[in-house]
Amino acid sequence: MARMKFICDAERCIECNGCVTACKAEHDVPWGVNRRRVVTLNDGVPGEKSISVACMHCSDAPCMAVCPVDCFYRTDEGVVLHDKDVCIGCGYCSYACPFGAPQFPTNGTFGLRGKMDKCTFCAGGPEANGSDAEYEKYGRNRLAEGKLPACAEMCSTKALLGGDGDVVADIFRTRVLQRGKGSEVWGWGTAYGKPTGTKS
Amino acid sequence: MTLKTTVVVTALALALVGCAEKAQTAQTRKSDSKPWDGASTTEFTASGWKAGDQASWEQQMRTRAQGQNEYSRATP
Repeated sequence: MARMKFICDAERCIECNGCVTACKAEHDVPWGVNRRRVVTLNDGVPGEKSISVACMHCSDAPCMAVCPVDCFYRTDEGVVLHDKDVCIGCGYCSYACPFGAPQFPTNGTFGLRGKMDKCTFCAGGPEANGSDAEYEKYGRNRLAEGKLPACAEMCSTKALLGGDGDVVADIFRTRVLQRGKGSEVWGWGTAYGKPTGTKS
Repeated sequence: MTLKTTVVVTALALALVGCAEKAQTAQTRKSDSKPWDGASTTEFTASGWKAGDQASWEQQMRTRAQGQNEYSRATP
């Protein structure tokens, strides 16, 4: 059985926000709600690092633990989802989540805080797979279409990997072993080759 | 229009807008269907697997994930 996970390679992320755009477009996410976002450390300083963050679909999810109406559930594939018909929009999950994944759209009639919205690993929700009701509440269900999350699949540098944890870990491990570390990862030599007459 | 009329009309308008609020009806969490059951519409379904077959869906996930692995797509 697969256990779905995201991995973001900080050496590769170029802060293009393509994953954010893909997510918003794929699921028709409203203004003010970002299921995924790119966080940059030491922005503007040489050596800055960026990482794409969304719900990490925790194995022991704190949002599930604190929800007073028990609207969360974990699928057999390890994806943490919730039922918006049960959610009361209290915001406890927002306080509990260390990644800031839960979002609260102001979609009520009077602009009040609405029901929680978050990354679904493109797995929809408890409505029928691929139905209009599911799309309206949770967005596309790509897993039921035999696809992986849109953010990971369209990442231009393949910094963001998504899928079965064992498979993406193998992809990442192969990559790290191939590219080495330190100055071998990036810089003049990697971009333009080693100067002639020097040993590699 | 007098101030009183304006206030009454505004209050009525706000009250009517409140009718658009969706009712909270569900009491317990609904059960979800399995992803390998496939989507209700096959228009966007990827080829290479059979809906309802868990093993073929899992194989599809593994195959699809290799699309993110440039070392399997091109020899370094």
